Order: sequence, then C-alpha cells, then structure tokens
Amino acid sequence: MSADATRSVFSDVERVPGARKPDPILVADGVHRAFGGMVAVDVDHLEVQRGKITALIGPNGAGKTTLFNLLTGFDKPDKGEWSFNGRSLAGLPAGKVAKAGMVRTFQLTKALSRMTVIENMRLGAPRQPGENLFTALVPPLWRPREAEITEQAESLLRRFKLDAKRDDFAGSLSGGQRKLLEMARALMNGPEMIMLDEPMAGVNPALTQSLLGHIQALRDDGMTVLFVEHDMHMVRHISDWVVVMAEGRIVAEGPPDDVMRDQAVIDAYLGAHHDTDLGDDALLSDEVAEQLEAEAAEEDAERAEEATRREDEEGRA
Amino acid sequence: MDWTSILANVAGELFHPVTAAYVIAAIGLNVHFGLTGLLNMGQAGFMLIGAYGFAITTLAGNSALTGFLVGMAAAVLFALLLGMPTLRLRGDYLAIVTIAAAEIVRLIGRSTSMTWLTGGNAGIAGDGFKNAFHATCLLPEGDTTVLFWTYSNCYSNSWWLRIVAWVLVALLCLLVWRLMRSPWGRVLKGIREDEDAVRSLGKSVYSYKMQSLILGGCMGALGGIVFVLPQAVQADSMGRPTTFFVWTLLLLGGAATVFGPVLGSMLLWSSLMLIKSVMRDVIPATVLRTEQIESFSFVVVGVTLMMLIIFRPQGILGDKKELSINVR
Repeated sequence: MSADATRSVFSDVERVPGARKPDPILVADGVHRAFGGMVAVDVDHLEVQRGKITALIGPNGAGKTTLFNLLTGFDKPDKGEWSFNGRSLAGLPAGKVAKAGMVRTFQLTKALSRMTVIENMRLGAPRQPGENLFTALVPPLWRPREAEITEQAESLLRRFKLDAKRDDFAGSLSGGQRKLLEMARALMNGPEMIMLDEPMAGVNPALTQSLLGHIQALRDDGMTVLFVEHDMHMVRHISDWVVVMAEGRIVAEGPPDDVMRDQAVIDAYLGAHHDTDLGDDALLSDEVAEQLEAEAAEEDAERAEEATRREDEEGRA
Repeated sequence: MDWTSILANVAGELFHPVTAAYVIAAIGLNVHFGLTGLLNMGQAGFMLIGAYGFAITTLAGNSALTGFLVGMAAAVLFALLLGMPTLRLRGDYLAIVTIAAAEIVRLIGRSTSMTWLTGGNAGIAGDGFKNAFHATCLLPEGDTTVLFWTYSNCYSNSWWLRIVAWVLVALLCLLVWRLMRSPWGRVLKGIREDEDAVRSLGKSVYSYKMQSLILGGCMGALGGIVFVLPQAVQADSMGRPTTFFVWTLLLLGGAATVFGPVLGSMLLWSSLMLIKSVMRDVIPATVLRTEQIESFSFVVVGVTLMMLIIFRPQGILGDKKELSINVR
C-alpha cells in the first residue's frame, strides 16, 4: 500500500481523540478500568482503521498495556463496550477473542520454552480436530489437518527466517528470534487483526529492521496491526496512524508527523525535552544520548540528595 | 543369609498388585503434572474416592463393573468440585485445595459417624467387597506356583488380580503415549509452559485443565481400586504419605515420560523390599527391632532419592535437554 493511498484514507479523519474512521475494524466505547483508587484506563471512544498500522504510544504507566489486556480479554474492565468487525467482544474470555480473529503478542515474550519451534507454531493453528480429547485417540481423524498445519508453519518459518531452528527448543532462541517466533505463531491463527505489545522490546538493533519489514508486510497482506511502542523512531517510520495515551486517556490522534508536533502529546510525553523532534534521527546519536544520560544522572543525584536530607530530618525528629 | 528368598521377595514386588496400583495412580499424576503442569497434591484423595466407590457399590451386591463405574463417576465429581473454583487461579491454589480435600475425604471416611457406610476407622474388610472382583476371574480355582511365587488363582492377592492390574497399566501407558503425541497433548504441554500464551492462541485453557484433572483423577481412582483389592479399604492407608509416594516414584522414573511411572514404582517398592529384607537378616534384633527396620528402610530410600534428585533431576527416563533449558 502506497503512502498516498494511506494519506487519502485518513485525509477526512479529524485529528482529535476518538476520531471516526472510514472503516473501523475495532470500536471501543467508555472502557474503564481502575486498580483500587488508581484509574488505569478511561477511554471514551477509540476506532482502529481496517488494514492499517495503528500505533498506541504514551509514557510509562499511560495504560497502553492495560487497554491491550482489556480488549483481548486478559483483564476485565469495570465498564465498557467494544466490538470487533461489528461483533461485541466485551466480557469474552481471551481464547474466544483470539478465535474471533484478534490475536495478540506479549511485551515479555511467551515462547513455550520446552517445546520445539515447530510445535510452538503448530499450537497456533485453529480448527485442529485432534485437540479434542476423543478425536485425539484416532490419528486418521487429525493427521490430514496436521499435515496442512505443518506445511503452513514451515512456510511461515521460512518467511521469518526461523526454518533453520525448526526442531530446536524455543528456549534456546535469542530474544529477537523469540519475538519473531511469537509473531509467526500468532499468524498461524490466521488473524484479521494482530496486536503487538512492544514488538521491539529487547530486540537487538540488527533484527529491528527485519522486524519492521515484517510488520509492514502484514499490513500489505491486508491485516490490521495495532501495536504498543516506546521507540518513537520506529513509530514514525512504520505507522499510518498514531494514538497517544496519557494517564489512562487518549489525548491525541493523527498521522505520526502531526502527532509529534501536537502540544498535548508534547506535554504528556516529553516533559523537559518538549522542543526536541522525537522523530529526529539525530536523537539516536551518541552525543545526544550521552547528554541525556548526564541530565538524567543529575536529576537522580538531586533526588538522592533530597532523600538523604529528608532522612536526616526524620532522624533528628 | 538366604539370598534366594530375599531375591524372590524383591522380584515379587516388581509385579505386585500394589506396585501396579501405584503405577496407575502415578500415570494419572503424570497427566496432571508432567503433561499439564497441574500441582495435584491430593492424588491419595482420588484413590480413596475410587476405592470407597468400588467397595461400597460391590458390597451392596452389584457387579465389579458397576463398582468400577461408580468409582470413576465419583472421581469425575470430585475433580469437578476441586477444579471449578481453582483452575482459573494460579497453580499453587490447586495444590492447597487438593491436599486439603484429600484429607477431608480421609477424615470423613474414617469418622465414627460414617461407620454405616465406610466402616469408619476399621474400614471395609476385604472378604466383603472382593467377591464381585473374584466373580470376574477367568482362571480355574486353586493355587498356582510359578518359579518361587505361589498365589491363589482368583482370590484377593491373586494371579488374576496381577494379570488385570498389569494389563490396565499397559493400556494406560498406551493411552498416555497416544495422547502425548496428539494435538490434544500439545495443548496441555503449552499450558504447562505458559497458559497465557495458549489462551492468546484461541484455546480454552480452563476446559483443557479440567479435562486433564478429570482424566488423571479417574486414573487415580482406578489406582485406588487396584490398591484395595489385595487388602482392605482403610482410610489411613491412603493418606498424605500415599500422595507423596506417588509423587516420589513419578519424579524418580521421570515426569512427562510414558514409562517413568512404571519404572519408578517397580524400583521404589523393590528396593524398599531389598533394604528391609537384608537388614532383617543382617542386623540383630537387639540393635534394631523389626518395626524399627521398617522405618529405617524409608530413611535409606529417602536419602537415595535425594541423591537421585540432586544428580539426575529429570528422573531416570526424563529428557535432560528438555529440563536443562530453564528460561521461564
């Protein structure tokens, strides 16, 4: 899909939180989740455009992962309604959400360590009659489907360049390879929408590029991608639309370049460095990194000093 | 020292019905723990439930088959009762609930108020409920001697019971072998590794855990039936130590393997017999009395097992590769 086509899809979409999209695959309304007194998620309205890559960004503790957990049935909201492809998913357990065509991955990769790569992949496939206890006892009933699954798994492994690891235990893979395996395993499910929770976390830079390519390829195959990410650089390069969360709410929406200039985003996300262009590649240079580190160290030192002072005072009291 | 009789005793343990009973219960625990990762700390409870179901039904004049079915049905109910509140929670809760539930079954079974049904503390004497099983015997009446071993053909601790028990062991091994290599077993293995991952792939984890709990529980109940057939039903003979023997021999043989429970049970009970027989022969009664030797032999077995777990944690048949990768 070309950049022009993307632009035209979103050209009529307002740049406001909760904006209506021309063809939303996922629509959420009034999703609210509090842990004790702390409101983790309070989303009034959210639409995710079909067949595009939508990024969900925000500072630590903004409620991105909690929202993910709610939408995919891994957590229950206090209230709220959401539908996928027009079908309400609220209150459904995680397994049924995945069956409906919305499959997720995890921030901390959940490769099944003591199973081989190919077994991990086979487990992702739906409609295997042999997963029924009684059918399992009669191999002729499930062998044909197993052959289909294995073929599909092998072609996906080739695509993700994991075919050499086919019979290794998943626990022996590197962090990045596990991310790839998790993504490939999710694809075995044949989802319409794939939700990636920090796909770049813990991946070595050499693999990052190929991971980005894979994510874009998913969109080009017609899949909808929603991902949570911290790495602004990545967000700017591959996402078609960006949703920004802060303190549980959606504070801004828009195409990546616009969003990074949005004042609400700058306030929520950036604090001291609000005049820095987040998408600026120069940010990734060593000098800037060192400078930022130095500033962070200063702040830490100040905080430590203050803490010592307070302790002293308490000691005296 | 009479080595012939000692070796005959030891080898007799290898195919003793109680050894088979432990194998069957351990195969059930293997379905729970080895395949699904469920921490069932109350397998003795399932055994006792099965034994009571069988004994009480056959005592009332029903056939052995009816008794078996009642035992299985009771185990299914027990598994549902334990699983419904706990299988949605973290693994440790199942361990707590099962160990407590097994104790509840035992304490109710032996309480005086239940004497009319379970015989209370005295239990159900063998001659009552064994007739139903005796009636299924296909061998002629009388005794048979094979090599060193003489047993009745049909009654109580008999050849017929040995045949039935070990045929059951073979069938259950075949069943577990088939299931382990099926897509169903793959889902269970996935749950053992990380149930959230399996959930995210569209499987109903709760339902699979329940199936596993019921299947393994029924095997436990079957083990309980075989356990009481050569002796009597006595609640205290299936208490916490029984659960831990089942765990011990499963880990000894190797969890998540097909023949681990078989090897573990044979090895545990025959080596226990070997230690006991040799010590009775060698150590004079002035140093250790017979009942002290009984206890001391368990100490020796315990130490041996500790060494084994330290030096071969995957058990005898376990896959070192599968265990050494520990990056959860």
